[in-house]
Amino acid sequence: MIRTLIINLLRFIVLVFIQVFLLKNITLYNFSTPYLYIMFILLLPFEIPNVLLFILAFVLGLTIDAFYDTPGLHAAACVVLALVRVLFISITVQKEGFDNEPEPTLSIMGFRWFFTYALVLTFFHHFFLFTLEVFSFSGIQYTLSRIILSSIFTVFLILVSGLLFYRRKERK
Amino acid sequence: MRNLLIFITKYNAFFLFIIFEISSLIIYIKYNAFQKAGFINSTNVVTGNLNQQYSGLKSYLSLKDVNDSLARENARLRNQLKSSFYIDTLAKRKVDDTVFKVKYEYITAKVINNSTNHSYNYITIDRGSKDGIAIGMGVICSAGIVGKVVNVTPHMASVQSMLNKNSRFSVMLANNKEIGSIQWGNDLDPHKGLLFDVSTNAQPKLGEAVITSGYSLFPEGIMVGKVTNLQPKGGGISLNMEVNFAVDFSKLEYVNVVDYKFAPEQAGLEAQQKKDD
Repeated sequence: MIRTLIINLLRFIVLVFIQVFLLKNITLYNFSTPYLYIMFILLLPFEIPNVLLFILAFVLGLTIDAFYDTPGLHAAACVVLALVRVLFISITVQKEGFDNEPEPTLSIMGFRWFFTYALVLTFFHHFFLFTLEVFSFSGIQYTLSRIILSSIFTVFLILVSGLLFYRRKERK
Repeated sequence: MRNLLIFITKYNAFFLFIIFEISSLIIYIKYNAFQKAGFINSTNVVTGNLNQQYSGLKSYLSLKDVNDSLARENARLRNQLKSSFYIDTLAKRKVDDTVFKVKYEYITAKVINNSTNHSYNYITIDRGSKDGIAIGMGVICSAGIVGKVVNVTPHMASVQSMLNKNSRFSVMLANNKEIGSIQWGNDLDPHKGLLFDVSTNAQPKLGEAVITSGYSLFPEGIMVGKVTNLQPKGGGISLNMEVNFAVDFSKLEYVNVVDYKFAPEQAGLEAQQKKDD
């Protein structure tokens, strides 16, 4: 339990740092912007109470907002992400089959499930993020292409980092 | 009441979502001026769009009037351009040659039309009879000789360029003063001239300078070009040679018209001589 807490705390800090100081400056062709920090919400344990999940998502979003100077924007998108996560897990996973507080990581759940999970959640998060940011339906094509390309970039980064942890666990 | 609590706990995720989503949206709209304005004004999008369409249609109908007024304005502005005025001020240079009692006057002019790719090339300059230019005057530029004035209007003059099949000037080799005539080369190359009728006594060298002789329109010693080939095609009892012009005719900008003050006197005298023969 303590271990899970420490790991998630560290993950929170590291992901926010990477997002704010590294990925904030990365944009491919003015279209594709990765938001890797949502991996924190993706990798929270299955057994986490919904209240805590929503609070953490809200806090994470506000933290990112503080650096991006967009109060509420990332928070709103993260809360949407939390809801989608709850729905997705309740549809695809039987909670009774797990013990030892398993987390929805690539090494535990397998590539196929994790890929779908990351893709769906990232898409919803990015969709709300970019739509709220633009806040109008003019230039919807531009917004949609931004959403899709950024989702691809983010999912790619999530899978890469998932694979990194996957190998490390195998060696243990 | 109990049922309500059960309902809420069963679907707690949804209610939590509502609470947090609304609070973050409130923060978002409250602290972001752009979205605030967009939220308030989003109803105006419809009316604004319609107004824009209407004014687009209306402007299309008045296109003719706009076009006319623009054309008028264009003409008015064009009349104010500096390039549409004729420049009256004129700088003349005078050379007093006290030894030979010959007086040359130079009139500066700007080239306003030029060609180098025909077999009869002419240059137009922006000085005419009002500035003292007359038919038959020589034209030089800083690098060398350019041609001869063949036509004059009050404000303009037409110059027969060196690059003209009819042009022929009296020149000499710089070192041994052997005289000859120069004309444009046969292959229409704007850099090459043909020097002919040079006495066989002359011993020209490659790279030797060719200058004006002073027998015709130009003062003595104006640069013409350099000898580049001693054995061109043709030739007979006299020497022929190829000359590279010193002037790049395609880049002419300012020229000097040479007013040889004694030209009429010389012409009259030579005509008298012919008549006497």
